[in-house]
Amino acid sequence: MLHLKRVRQPHYGRYLGGLILIVLMFLIARAFAGGKIDWEIVGEFLTARSILNGLVKTIIMAPLAMAVGVVLGLIFALMRMSENPVARYSAILYMWIFRGSPQLLQLFLWFNLALIFPVIAIPYLFEISTVTVMTPFVATLLGLGICQSAYTAEVIRAGILSVDTGQGEAADALGMTRHQAMRRIILPQALRGIIPPVGNEFIGMVKATSLASAIQFTEILNAAQRIYYVNNYIIELLIVATFWYLLVVSALTVGQYFLERRLSRGFSSRTSLAQRSIEGGKAQR
Amino acid sequence: MNAPKIVIRGLNKYFGSLQVLHNINLDIAEGDIVCLIGPSGSGKSTLLRCVNQLERAEDGLIWIDGVPQGWKEKAGRLVELPTVDVVRQRAKIGMVFQRFNLFPHFTALENIIEAPIRVKKIARRDAEARALALLDKVGLRDKTHAYPSQLSGGQQQRVAIARALAMEPDVMLFDEPTSALDPELVAEVLTVMRSLAESGMTMLVVTHELGFAREVANKVVFMDKGSIAEQGEPEAVLFAPRNSRTKDFISSVLR
Repeated sequence: MLHLKRVRQPHYGRYLGGLILIVLMFLIARAFAGGKIDWEIVGEFLTARSILNGLVKTIIMAPLAMAVGVVLGLIFALMRMSENPVARYSAILYMWIFRGSPQLLQLFLWFNLALIFPVIAIPYLFEISTVTVMTPFVATLLGLGICQSAYTAEVIRAGILSVDTGQGEAADALGMTRHQAMRRIILPQALRGIIPPVGNEFIGMVKATSLASAIQFTEILNAAQRIYYVNNYIIELLIVATFWYLLVVSALTVGQYFLERRLSRGFSSRTSLAQRSIEGGKAQR
Repeated sequence: MNAPKIVIRGLNKYFGSLQVLHNINLDIAEGDIVCLIGPSGSGKSTLLRCVNQLERAEDGLIWIDGVPQGWKEKAGRLVELPTVDVVRQRAKIGMVFQRFNLFPHFTALENIIEAPIRVKKIARRDAEARALALLDKVGLRDKTHAYPSQLSGGQQQRVAIARALAMEPDVMLFDEPTSALDPELVAEVLTVMRSLAESGMTMLVVTHELGFAREVANKVVFMDKGSIAEQGEPEAVLFAPRNSRTKDFISSVLR
């Protein structure tokens, strides 16, 4: 029997699923092609100056707000895990407030901060009117960044908790300080668990910048709206905005893949193990 | 006679309402190899972890070279040491764990040089030279750039020993260093420990390797239910135990 040809299990379901998918795609494509969409307008505004301007603002805002989110998130994660009860409860209160209220609402609050505090001042040092400071850009940065930090803090805390307690003990036993142990030993290992969800949240952040259209921050959606308020090509401009969001998010997804691969140093599956022994050999030479 | 290297007096330790150490008193002289044996849950590891302050006992004190660990006498009271000083005291004591606890994102070399560079502020080049010498000593020079995941358990434990030695400790603590190893890998780790013992290092070893205890230790301490039930020369404790619980334990391990 050994010489008989082997026949693998057939996968009819996959063929059928593929076929259904192709038919559906065709139908959707046809519907859009025949629908009331002026594709020439889409093409024309795809690279319109104000749209590209909005794209640049989105591309600048998302990483900045995310940076605020990650930095504050790290601080509040460490406070939340601190032995100091004052730090711990402050962090819990902070997370409760900023996770508990809607993001859009928080944006409105920051933008309208001048209604509560007309001036921002450090007595005898400086004083400035809130309206001047709280531009749409600053309000968006604070609103999105701080709200994000309340979520990121929990992600970072989970990542830190996922690191084997023996790692911290080993660092302690070697005489490393808390700070050294956290920075050199625990956080680098926690990052493996933190990066994938933070990558997801970064993607979410790119899309969340569109909320700032409501407080006159001229990112992509706001730019598209300003155009269709005038020319009434609503769907066409929304498609333009969709296109750019998809493009930015796709680029980020690719970046996340490479970052995760880089972070899997020392942990890993067999394939990367072989790769590392090659790199190790190089290092020795 | 010189004062003992380590003096432990009246140590009581609780986890919640459970008392895990009962009035522990123990003297360890410079160069002593002390093996702590006893059934699991008898407090051996906890006692070891109290020595380098990974655990803090509620009562009692530990002196190393005459210096109380974790506390300082001030105006007739014992004042808790600030963390910086605790960290400094710890740096003089090496510890080897049952589960190795190597840093998985560092190579063997990086594992060894990390603390000397960060804690002792030694120049990287000097730390590396010393690390290579230590890797030679534990027979793993060819694994310098390997990550822990590429090493066997026995190799990982030898790197962990080299890592602890890189801090040039006065005392080495071993917490069941061979318990997580496959039987054929135990010997290579014990060989390294034996040569360390011969070099005059003061060692406190929690172990189930009674053969090692008999051959290398000059004192064996049998612990049971958080107390020291019996201590003395290895031959005496292992072959002529006076305590009935020591007898039971030794016969159950040897069976």
